[in-house]
Amino acid sequence: MTFVAKPAVHHPRLPVNDLGLTRRDYEGSVSTLCAGCGHDSVSAAIVQACAELSIPPHRFAKISGIGCSSKTPSYFLNRSHGFNSVHGRMPSVATGANLANKELYTIGISGDGDSASIGLGQFAHIVRRRINMLYIVDNNGTYGLTKGQFSATNDKGSTNKRGAPNLYEAIDLVSMAIQLGASFVARSFSGDKKQLVPLIKAGLMHHGMAFIDVVSPCVAFNNHNGSTKSYEYVRKHSETVVAADYVPAAREITADYAPGTTERVSMPDGSTLHLYKVAEDYDPHNRVEALHYVQSRQERGEVVTGLLYLDPAAMDCHDILNTLDTPLNQLGTGELCPGSSALTAINESFR
Amino acid sequence: MSVTYNDFVIRFANVNGSGSASANGMFAKALFRMGIPVATRNIFPSNIQGLPTWFEVRVSAKGYLGRREGVDIMVAMNAETFGEDVASLKPGGYLFYDNTKPLASEFHRSDIHEIGVPIAQLLLPEFTDPKQRGLFKNITYLGVLTALLNIEFDVITGMVSKQYKGKDDLIEPNIRAMEIGRRYAFDYLDCPLPLQVKRLDALGDKIMTDGNTAAALGSVYGGASVCAWYPITPSTSVVESFERYCNQLRRDKATGKSKFAIVQAEDELSAIGVVIGAGWNGARSFTATSGPGLSLMSEFLGLAYFAEIPAVLWDIQRSGPSTGMPTRTQQSDVLSAAYASHGDTRHVVLFPSTPRECFDFAADALDLADRLQTPILVLSDLELGMNDSLSEPFDWDDSRAYDRGKVLDARALDEIGRFGRYLDVDGDGIGYRTYPGTHPSKGAFFTRGTSRDEYAAYTESPAAYQRNMERLLKKWRTASALVPKAEVVSNGRRNGVLYFGTTALPMPEALDNLAEEGIELDTCRVRAFPFGEEVEKFVREHEQVFVVEQNRDGQMRQLLVNELQVDPARLVPVLYYAGLSISANEIQSQIANYYSVNRISRMTEVKS
Ligand SMILES: Cc1ncc(C[n+]2csc(CCOP(=O)(O)OP(=O)(O)O)c2C)c(N)n1
Ligand code: SF4
Ligand SMILES: [Mg+2]
Repeated sequence: MTFVAKPAVHHPRLPVNDLGLTRRDYEGSVSTLCAGCGHDSVSAAIVQACAELSIPPHRFAKISGIGCSSKTPSYFLNRSHGFNSVHGRMPSVATGANLANKELYTIGISGDGDSASIGLGQFAHIVRRRINMLYIVDNNGTYGLTKGQFSATNDKGSTNKRGAPNLYEAIDLVSMAIQLGASFVARSFSGDKKQLVPLIKAGLMHHGMAFIDVVSPCVAFNNHNGSTKSYEYVRKHSETVVAADYVPAAREITADYAPGTTERVSMPDGSTLHLYKVAEDYDPHNRVEALHYVQSRQERGEVVTGLLYLDPAAMDCHDILNTLDTPLNQLGTGELCPGSSALTAINESFR
Repeated sequence: MSVTYNDFVIRFANVNGSGSASANGMFAKALFRMGIPVATRNIFPSNIQGLPTWFEVRVSAKGYLGRREGVDIMVAMNAETFGEDVASLKPGGYLFYDNTKPLASEFHRSDIHEIGVPIAQLLLPEFTDPKQRGLFKNITYLGVLTALLNIEFDVITGMVSKQYKGKDDLIEPNIRAMEIGRRYAFDYLDCPLPLQVKRLDALGDKIMTDGNTAAALGSVYGGASVCAWYPITPSTSVVESFERYCNQLRRDKATGKSKFAIVQAEDELSAIGVVIGAGWNGARSFTATSGPGLSLMSEFLGLAYFAEIPAVLWDIQRSGPSTGMPTRTQQSDVLSAAYASHGDTRHVVLFPSTPRECFDFAADALDLADRLQTPILVLSDLELGMNDSLSEPFDWDDSRAYDRGKVLDARALDEIGRFGRYLDVDGDGIGYRTYPGTHPSKGAFFTRGTSRDEYAAYTESPAAYQRNMERLLKKWRTASALVPKAEVVSNGRRNGVLYFGTTALPMPEALDNLAEEGIELDTCRVRAFPFGEEVEKFVREHEQVFVVEQNRDGQMRQLLVNELQVDPARLVPVLYYAGLSISANEIQSQIANYYSVNRISRMTEVKS
């Protein structure tokens, strides 16, 4: 499998942003994920959000762990550097990257296996460190890349492709993020671009830890035999995907619903996802209330989406550490080395 | 009776947490200030309060600073270990103890001198607070020792005044407690002993400090701006010192803001991840840990090797897992450092021997990491890291600029054709990198472990993988010429001795003693891995090479066999791994024994 660059032809009718750039200038390489994979929709939403924000497309640092979700930083913002690091350890790499240069927009992409299992510790600690970044978990309730094992966000009782039920409690990353001090916490659905794009924009613009749990269906391991679903959507460029196993293209799941209502979305495996759009009078500034709300809805089998908690005045890690305004990676010998005269005094202190 | 000057080992047996460390430290510092070579060793338990702890000072006019077996003077202040402390004295040695309670008969030894001072009783009328009395016990025995050993008293009192500067109300009682001891000694004991000190001028401009402090300072001077760590003995004081020096030396004058960021991470996996993230994004960064941390960091080290990201890791080695013995010194992470991680990985490792070398290597490691775009591991150990020892003073050349390696800025990117992150443009195996955010349309690339071509594009092509691995090997060969050279002393002897790190401390004494036995050896102090040509040459040119190291499995020897394709029979292991630092006696006896068993001729035999 080799890398396929997208042809650099600009469509004359694409809208341009304040920098005179189109959405194409924010795209990445061609995705090698399964056609219909929710993760691709998240990437598309990131592209749209960044383009609409008119941030120069080279001013991001994209960091991920390992998983299908963690592959996606290749599929957006090609003009920015990306780092596909180690399973579950995106948060530490993102911490270092952000400490080195506070001026870049740090985007961390992770999966539910990546963040809720192997990387649960790193997830918890980056949240409490309040790194100024957008942290997205593409949450599909499964280990996509290792072929469909249950992940720790999978709800107790839900079944896998072979019909076996998950026996263990689910970890809710949103509740954890609220509890551990994230200052921006949201949940969305990969198929709901209308909701997701504004959330991504808000998260990027937020100063501090912005966490978005994006429910992002895995069509490959929830699309078992006998499914009567029709595939209306065929992904763009699907013919360029070369995979070891044949995976039929599936319909991209979309949801479009009004605030204050519950929406039932059919998942590829036939189960039903309840989406509850937060009411317009919901107050996202009360941490305890937000936590209570999220969990009480969860008890009823509903997944609350939207901006769930926000503290716009929170400090980020650089504020806490009181670092210089100039990014640390721009300091040279002159700024960092105390010089030989200081050393003379130090030597004297050891005599 | 004949008097021996400046040549003894004194050991203080205390209870951990009893405040003895500062009194014992002052004792060593006083001798240092009298110009006498001293080396200190802490032997402490994995415990904060209550367990036994020993502090040993070796005093040697000849400048022998390694550990020497046998104790000449025992300051036995711990009832729990009293028996073994008495037993560890050499015949003719001096036992110093508090005789407020009489010595139990089972502890009497007819071949040593007993010096009892009723310290508790002397302090009773002077200090009402029992806690104070406990603390001042230490200062009082220090006072006795000044008289017994002929230590210049104003040197010590000067130190007390300096130590408590600003807390003046502590100076008077400290000096009073010391004088109580000193007066008692003059009144009731034969002072000074035949074993005593005398001012020397043997130290020049030397300083006395520990390797961890030096490593921290070198990291400040070398421009580390990000540090992430997880506490573990004996590495903790590297970062604690780094933070202290940063607060002092790295704050912006105008705003008071920090030109550094230190993260106490949730574990070592995270610590090395932070370091790698910062290195990827162009900040110099480092971590400090010990064996267990190195194990946890291994996955990430492999990633950094393949992804070619600068990082510096200090491993202050200790012995095996869990607690207890682990707070003892060892050189047992050689192999796990050199080959850390999965896939074909090999890491650059530096082996400092002195505080000065810790300082130098700290800055050099940051340069090497940037130049070679790879992790640099520095292997110190508890012996070097946590004990004060004599060292050349630190030195910094103000004309030195950091070597940030091959980094293209926006202008350079404009000037070149197509950018390829992993192209071997210069033929040394090292590509050009860019920092994130450098250029609006050029130079961005995606970092992954493997599966990439010269342009950093994703590929699973077998040929591309192999090309990349070959280039990494070329880079490895480049590294062997850039790392610190081994220190070789070759006088055309038939056999040689090879060693590294803290084994350098007892080595001069061991070599002198061996020479007296007719065994003369050339020496090679390895300072880095990959081995340079000089190491290869040394091994090639000597029939037998004794490889001295402080671990059970002869890890350096294995590395030499593996990397240099030497006949293992020519490399003779000399090993010590009991948790103390290797002594000159140990080295001497193992080598001499090998000569005897294998009937190798000695100089004296040749001469006769
Ligand atoms: C240390 C380590 N253990 C196991 C793996 C194998 N592995 C790769 S991806 C993955 C799970 C990914 O799941 P998730 O994060 O949910 O991503 P998804 O593929 O579902 O998007 C695992 C277990 C690995 N790469 N590294
Ligand atoms: S396996 Fe699932 S998560 Fe992975 S690419 Fe396919 S659909 Fe997406
Ligand atoms: Mg998943």
